Amino acid sequence: MKKKRNWRKFFSKYNLVLIGGSMFLILVIVAILAPWISPYDPKAMEMTNALQPPSLAHLCGTDEFGRDVFSRILYGARISLTISLSVMAVVGVVGTVLGMLAGYYHLADTIIMRFMDGLMAFPTVILALVILTVLGSGIPNLVLALSIAQLPRMVRTVRTTVVSAKQLEHVETARAMGASDARIMFRYILPLCISPMIIRLTLIMALTVLNEASLTFLGVGLSPDIPSWGTILSEARVHIQTSGYLIVLPGFAIVWSVMSLNLLGDGLRDVLDPKLSKK
Amino acid sequence: MINYTIRRILSAIPTLLVVAVVIFFLIRCVPGSPALTMLGDEATVEEIAAMEEEMGLDQPVVVQFVKWIGNILKGDFGTSIYYEKPVLEVIFSRMQPTVILVIYAMIIGIVIGVSLGMLAAIYRNSWIDKVCMVLSTLGISLPGFWLGLNLVLLFAVTLGWFPSVGYVYIEEGGLLETLRYLTLPAVALGLQRSASLARITRSSMLEVLNEDYIRTARAKGLPTRRVICLHALKNSMNQILTQIGISIAHLLGGSIVIENIFTIPGLGRLAYDAITRRDYPLIQGQILYIAFIYVFINLIVDLLYKFFDPRIEFK
Repeated sequence: MKKKRNWRKFFSKYNLVLIGGSMFLILVIVAILAPWISPYDPKAMEMTNALQPPSLAHLCGTDEFGRDVFSRILYGARISLTISLSVMAVVGVVGTVLGMLAGYYHLADTIIMRFMDGLMAFPTVILALVILTVLGSGIPNLVLALSIAQLPRMVRTVRTTVVSAKQLEHVETARAMGASDARIMFRYILPLCISPMIIRLTLIMALTVLNEASLTFLGVGLSPDIPSWGTILSEARVHIQTSGYLIVLPGFAIVWSVMSLNLLGDGLRDVLDPKLSKK
Repeated sequence: MINYTIRRILSAIPTLLVVAVVIFFLIRCVPGSPALTMLGDEATVEEIAAMEEEMGLDQPVVVQFVKWIGNILKGDFGTSIYYEKPVLEVIFSRMQPTVILVIYAMIIGIVIGVSLGMLAAIYRNSWIDKVCMVLSTLGISLPGFWLGLNLVLLFAVTLGWFPSVGYVYIEEGGLLETLRYLTLPAVALGLQRSASLARITRSSMLEVLNEDYIRTARAKGLPTRRVICLHALKNSMNQILTQIGISIAHLLGGSIVIENIFTIPGLGRLAYDAITRRDYPLIQGQILYIAFIYVFINLIVDLLYKFFDPRIEFK
């Protein structure tokens, strides 16, 4: 009996993390296994089979080139995950360094935060669109554009934590003992930033999945033969009058992925940072 | 307060300057000359050189930048390459659809978002709260354009209640007809905004509901509705307002994707076209204009704080 109650307690404390986490795990598994579990080659065209409604042979129907939409969605998970994980890595590293500098040095604060305020004034999609016009399309460029667009949020989060951590006793003590700035930052302040960073990065990943889908939906960022969820939707949109079913499932994939990350982010906030969490 | 306002306006200058610098130099990195874009592929080298000289592109980049900023301070944002009209004139001619769309969407977003958030806070931890929160998590995870496509599929293609694309100017068809065309895009944008508003409303209401004066108001025997709507809502307004401000600022910048789906000739569509057509003066001008709106709305929000919470002192 006792053990059972503990399980219930465990689940009610970590429910959002567990639900979000398992949804995300499923997505990762699908992305990894895509070549083995998708019934067709996502790029194989079969014009005689174009725009077929869903059937047992084609679970989500076929698109205007006769490609199997279900297989394309499965492969889309790879694209979406690759991009959002890369953005998370880039923003994580660059944002942490800039945020630490801004929080620690007054001069750096003025310069970096002014710059970040400026970037915040750009709407994300427009900023990414302009950067992609400069760089041209392709996954690395898309990652760079989306990273620059998301950077200010991360820098702000890290900076806020560093500013308050700087006042803490163990940091003051380290300084009094003659520790170098770099040592104080990375040894004593960085560990305090980890939880806000994880929460922020999870939510940044969710936004990135949405932004990536918006950009590829507009036909920017990736070449049209790469099966990204946004591209699949923009192709389906043309046939909305006759083959409306085509828009349903790619959208579900996006919602699934964004929602898993949002739930995970909320759950992690409740667990890691009880002060921040909703009462 | 006037002092504060002036200082806030001054502090916005660096932000706008950063935006101006970033966009100006970013645009200069785009491969290919704007002169070539203007003249087309068949232009000769001499023609391009002449056009570049006319556009001032043969001067050093820094000189071009100083000139551009100088002109902007005089109210001259340059001339659009594609439309061959002053940039500001082009922007203003595209404002109507976007402004009406934003107001319409925000009304939908605020009504749904704030009421769901209030309900969730009042019936905290009950099933009502849970349903509201599940809905809002779903809402923030929905891509706006997919929601838009589904609305088109249901209400335009299947039921035929609303037009699927297009826009009618007020002068041509009257306000009602305009609203009919904007209903689906406004619902798509509004529902999305309502999700984040519901969350903010809930959390800030919960904070306020725990305070002493709420208990006092209840102890005085005020009816619950009055306590909630007058005392609690007003005091949780600041955070809600910030969220509304951010939403309006971003929507006014033009909701590129939604305007694209519904082929609404607004600012988002204009920005998209300007970028794909490489209309440099227009891109620069429009982004600066968007940044200006963003800064301006943030200022208004800050000033409104005082109205909702007189304890705030502007220092």
